[in-house]
Amino acid sequence: MRTLAALGALLAALLVAGPLIPSWLVFLLTVAFAKALVVLGLLVMMRAGLVSFGQGLYYGLGAYAAGLATNFLGITDALALVALGGLVSAIAGYVLGLVMVRYREIFFAMLSLALSMILYGILVRSVALGSTDGFNLPQPSFFGFSVNGPAGRLLVYALTVVMATGTAMMLHRFINSPAGVVGEAILTNEIRVEYLGTSVTSVLHLTYVIGATTAGLGGALIAIAAGHIDPDLAYWTTSGEFVFVAILSGIGHVAAPLLGMAVFEAIRSFAFQYSPYTWQMVVGISMLAVILFLPSGLWSLFAQRRRARGAA
Amino acid sequence: MQKFYVILVDGTIYFSWLFIVSMGLTLIYGVMKILNIAHGSFYALGAYTAAYAVGVYFAGHYPPVGSFLLLILSGIAVGGIVGLLVERGLLRPMYGRDEIVLVLVTYAAFLVFEDLIKLIWGVDPYFAYQPYELLGRVSIGGIAFAVYDIGLFALAVVIGIAAWWALERTRSGKLLRAVIHDREISTAMGINVARMFTATFVIGAMLGALGGAITAPAISVVPGIGVDVIVLAFAVSIIGGLGSVAGAAVGAFVVGLARAFAVHLLPEAELFVIYGVMAIVLAFRPQGLFGRPAARKI
Repeated sequence: MRTLAALGALLAALLVAGPLIPSWLVFLLTVAFAKALVVLGLLVMMRAGLVSFGQGLYYGLGAYAAGLATNFLGITDALALVALGGLVSAIAGYVLGLVMVRYREIFFAMLSLALSMILYGILVRSVALGSTDGFNLPQPSFFGFSVNGPAGRLLVYALTVVMATGTAMMLHRFINSPAGVVGEAILTNEIRVEYLGTSVTSVLHLTYVIGATTAGLGGALIAIAAGHIDPDLAYWTTSGEFVFVAILSGIGHVAAPLLGMAVFEAIRSFAFQYSPYTWQMVVGISMLAVILFLPSGLWSLFAQRRRARGAA
Repeated sequence: MQKFYVILVDGTIYFSWLFIVSMGLTLIYGVMKILNIAHGSFYALGAYTAAYAVGVYFAGHYPPVGSFLLLILSGIAVGGIVGLLVERGLLRPMYGRDEIVLVLVTYAAFLVFEDLIKLIWGVDPYFAYQPYELLGRVSIGGIAFAVYDIGLFALAVVIGIAAWWALERTRSGKLLRAVIHDREISTAMGINVARMFTATFVIGAMLGALGGAITAPAISVVPGIGVDVIVLAFAVSIIGGLGSVAGAAVGAFVVGLARAFAVHLLPEAELFVIYGVMAIVLAFRPQGLFGRPAARKI
């Protein structure tokens, strides 16, 4: 209950802050929260032991679904596009999930990597979809009104923030639901879960579809926010980044990916701004520092303090 | 028929390259259970060092034959030094952490190396075409092939045989196989596992850098050449079964041929085919063609 209230407060604060903060911060947070959606799904998957190095597949699918719907079907409504991105990824996740849930650990990671690289390979070679350059999306509309300029960007920001915190709330409910708890049990000992009479496959399948759906939502949101999509959305470095942020944030709490992704995007943006030739180095060193000094992720900063207070 | 022949030869050339590049990755995974993303950096470092060294060498007008030796030695040297630094400085404090965390450590190392390479060598392309041109071309069965590429194949065969011999026929190879089989029992039996790890990582890094060094004459060495190599080497190792030398050979051959077929018959499917093969193999044999399935533990 406390988590839900805190997330609600965060949402309210972010919405109120939207018009007050500078536009670069609005964009940074929009991108961060759109990507945090992907990490949220990954968090649920990782709690059940499914570490996917191929979330770029659903991220890219969601983005391309939104992009294609805009350019070929003429749908510009932001909500419809996001819903479509989530739906396409959910369906793809359901179908592929039938196969994927048979794999564990490194095999799961590598098979998901292979699938995302197949999508990348197809996109790179599709001249009609702009090949490696991708294509641009026009400004989205909201309920039939097209809002341009800063106001439009604020609306996209608001939509992203609502989606991200809303998903975080729902996933918080999920990981405390029977299916979510069984997921953790599967990570500890899968065969015992089976002996106890629970279907490991169906729980993992559900978890996998959740991961795919949130990645699709994130992809559609990033397509709308950035106004441009290209095959790099499905490349392995993108997928690797999501795993990275999931580990750096810590998978103990649904708010961790929101914080982690915002920190990650901030580090990257500032590194890119102030040392354009060495930004990857800055990001890499920051990551190493977190892995070394905060083994349980950024979130442990908060969790530890709370535990200390509780003990006192 | 002619086309099929060309595909076969092209596939074989690509195989040689893939095999040398993937060997190091699969070796490191087999022994240390680390999916080394920094392998792509070793490859890039090898390519840059070799291209730079060859450039200097030819500017000095030394006998051109020495450039081949220089290529190989510069690759091995830079791979060895950097491999040792990464293992000792970065990975050693992390042993015992989760496999995924180790992947991320090597990923971070990869990011750092990407920029380090740009800082050292700049962003302009390097060319080291001389060794490639020097050997000229030879006509086999009516089609001209670069002798250099055939040399690559010979090198791949030599490395493959050397690896097999070292693992199967020497004392250290036997010890290493014991470590692969069971790390804890090996430690209990008095094998210095830490030293084995260092040696494996250094050799793996050398192979990665060597792969880059020998490729340098055939390509233009530009920033970002490492990033595609990683995932290709993953595909090869996974298809063959991570940690198996024979698997790397078979995986490289499958990927090499598949790509050659795609390039000649359906160029749009080039990337798709490689990862398609990987997905199909994983779907039917998740442990790879040469991997052994793990027993289910209760």
